[in-house]
Amino acid sequence: MWRYMMRRYSSSTSARKLGLWWDRVGPAMKDPITGVTESFLADSSPNKINLGVGAYRDDEGKPVVLRCVREAEARIAGSEFLESVSAAVSSKFVEESVKLVYGNDSDVVKEGRVAGVQALSGTGACRLFAEFQRHFHPDSRIYLPDPTWSNHHNIWKDAQVPERTFHYYDHDSKGLNFSALIDDVKNAQDGSFFLLHPCAHNPTGVDPTEEQWREISYQFKVKNHFPFFDMAYQGFASGNLDKDARAIRIFLEDDHLVGCAQSFAKNMGLYGHRVGCLSVLCADSNQVGSIRSQLQRIARAMYSSPPVHGVLLVSTILSDPYLKSLWIEELKTMANRIRGMRTTLQDSLERLDSPLNWDHITNQVGMFCFSGLTPDQIDRLAREFHIYMTRDGRISMAGVTTGNVSYLANAIHETTRSDQEAKILCNA
Amino acid sequence: MESKNSNAKESDCDSVFEHVTRAPDIPVYAVMVAYKEDPCPFKLNLGIGVYRTEEGKPLLLNVVRKAEKLLVNELSANKEDLPITGIAEFNKLSAKLIFGADSSAIQENRATTVQCLSGSGSLRIGAEFLAKHYHQRTVYMSQPTYANHPNFFVPAGITVKTYRYYDPTTCGLDFQGLLEDLGAASFGAIVLLQTCGHNPTGVDPSLEQWEQIRKLMRLNGLLPFFDCAYQGFVSASLDADAQPVRMFVADGGECLTALSYSKIMGLYAERVGALSIVCKTADVASRVESQLKLIIRPMYSNPPIHGASIVTAILKDREMYGEWVTELKAMTDRITIMRQQLYNALHDRAIPGDWSHITKQVGMFSLTGLNAEQVAFLTKEYHIYMSSDGRINLSGLSTRTVPYLADAIHAAVALNV
Repeated sequence: MWRYMMRRYSSSTSARKLGLWWDRVGPAMKDPITGVTESFLADSSPNKINLGVGAYRDDEGKPVVLRCVREAEARIAGSEFLESVSAAVSSKFVEESVKLVYGNDSDVVKEGRVAGVQALSGTGACRLFAEFQRHFHPDSRIYLPDPTWSNHHNIWKDAQVPERTFHYYDHDSKGLNFSALIDDVKNAQDGSFFLLHPCAHNPTGVDPTEEQWREISYQFKVKNHFPFFDMAYQGFASGNLDKDARAIRIFLEDDHLVGCAQSFAKNMGLYGHRVGCLSVLCADSNQVGSIRSQLQRIARAMYSSPPVHGVLLVSTILSDPYLKSLWIEELKTMANRIRGMRTTLQDSLERLDSPLNWDHITNQVGMFCFSGLTPDQIDRLAREFHIYMTRDGRISMAGVTTGNVSYLANAIHETTRSDQEAKILCNA
Repeated sequence: MESKNSNAKESDCDSVFEHVTRAPDIPVYAVMVAYKEDPCPFKLNLGIGVYRTEEGKPLLLNVVRKAEKLLVNELSANKEDLPITGIAEFNKLSAKLIFGADSSAIQENRATTVQCLSGSGSLRIGAEFLAKHYHQRTVYMSQPTYANHPNFFVPAGITVKTYRYYDPTTCGLDFQGLLEDLGAASFGAIVLLQTCGHNPTGVDPSLEQWEQIRKLMRLNGLLPFFDCAYQGFVSASLDADAQPVRMFVADGGECLTALSYSKIMGLYAERVGALSIVCKTADVASRVESQLKLIIRPMYSNPPIHGASIVTAILKDREMYGEWVTELKAMTDRITIMRQQLYNALHDRAIPGDWSHITKQVGMFSLTGLNAEQVAFLTKEYHIYMSSDGRINLSGLSTRTVPYLADAIHAAVALNV
């Protein structure tokens, strides 16, 4: 036995030194989004406002557990259902989820051409797709809108899929740079993979119009591009689930075989449960089994199987007409509150005689407003007013309440009134 | 500009994933399916990876049911995203569970513990961290090992090698082979070790043997990565079962651990686990934790809340913790009784061969020593299902079915030339 140990004796001292395996591991940079919450939590001011994370808050600034969720939870508590997500629950979940995306009466669903798997919320769904993309199209890259949710870059990077960006947001108009977007679509190599936000674009809140979506879909058809939709806010943009899925349905009318990452984090308030669905449309139903099996194989190497609780909640709610209609009602309430806050914030700024144009607050859609505030202004808002947002100027409207909207408007007005750059923009 | 309105039943569009082939079936799942489809009324499923009661049913622990009820009724609780590293209290309690409250890892704050999706998720995150920050890209795992082990390392770009472990002639540990192979491993290589209740063999090193393994590994700079899926399931003592890990931590060195609550709390489907990385200093541990966040966020952002909330409620409450330990012991005791009963039944039938490994092996699984042909015979003639390597799950047995299995084994062994 000793001979095995003696062999390495001479390097034992260096072994001990080299026992410092992680000496060179540097501290990681803070995540731009969750880092904001950390700063907010560390602030003791009673006036502080967190406009960082895109999580819904009620008018008291409190997180919400939906009534439909509480009821579903009471129903399933203690269920004997613990060994894995059963195939039955899994397929029921996927069936109901994809109906939400593609439409109850959609052909693709009726013809059994949707390959869907449960995923760990939207992030997990995107990551599964990114890994799948790399595996089966190893030379491909992903086109991400500029800007996009910051984690999109990390997801495709960790999946080792190189990225390109395409024009999206116009800083001058605070709207969509449609002509540049279409140019990028046309100039991309045929058969490129694009990530699209079907509604309530994060971080800008700027969505294409229906006409613009039709044009995008047409150009995609010409170029044979692959459209991958990340739908994190279905129901939050307009308050109507079908309306918010319109972009995807337009692509379906044009016979695109899309992919979609779907999250129940925001629209069912199930953030921490990590419930989502990844679906890929197939040319025929035979292909569905193959694609599902490959997606499940990728998921198995990450965490074996997904957690059951959240899936059971979603499945219970979507399969029960009463719970589903309760959900739709609660979703409308959340969307309406956010829209109301947009209007109130814009009105407040206008009443303060702000010289700047704040139309984008109500033009933009969904959880976020791309305020146009500069990093210096954002720093000042944090330092002097204890108001926190990400450095790209993204405001989570869900963090705005009737209680804090005046304070917020005042703070924004104070921070921008003296800014020369802002005045120039105002005259544009 | 016109949009094409297709009325065709199938898509005219070519799929960009046309060339995707069906992934191979998982062998153990195939066994499940075959069992399910078997109409025989006295079929026996010994191929499962989960605990079953004497009645052959899954077990929802009373204390888990209790904790879940508490959670449902706690109206102040919300469903917000957890931090990337999960529930802080869960992480603290999990570290205490595996390392022991008086461990230097905890006292010196030199371990980082992050909530992950069960043992599987902990292994994958650990593998990704090693692939990114560690200087060695090879992991050694026991021959045989849990079928899914390689799958957590390969996608991270880590090469999988094996070390000898199971000796089929003794149905025990090939200790010499193990030492030789680890001794020959490249300096700094990662070594995946199963803490207790080895899956699939049921063969665990003795504490003396663990000490020799530890000495050898430290001298050769090998990095231990412990998979801990059965703490408390082997001896019913949580502390005793974690000894191998604690020995490595006690020498001041570094290691990784993947702790799973799937079996030990019956929380399989909620995916609850914890990855710990024990470092030399608190400062290193803190930097390591920050890097773990960068790996987790692009994979799933933050871990699921439900299962970890249940675990936390149980571990932090003295009474519930006590109830859990009692229920854990009941499961472990039943498995021990099944081992004894099976051994007695085989012995009584004077089946040729030494069957003492049935009681020498520990934990939920046993490698019976049956070969693939014998296993196929058992399935075909007796409707007894197990994986083709002859692994059985002892909790799949009951007092009633032990004699049936013994008879079947008798017949299978008698057949073989």
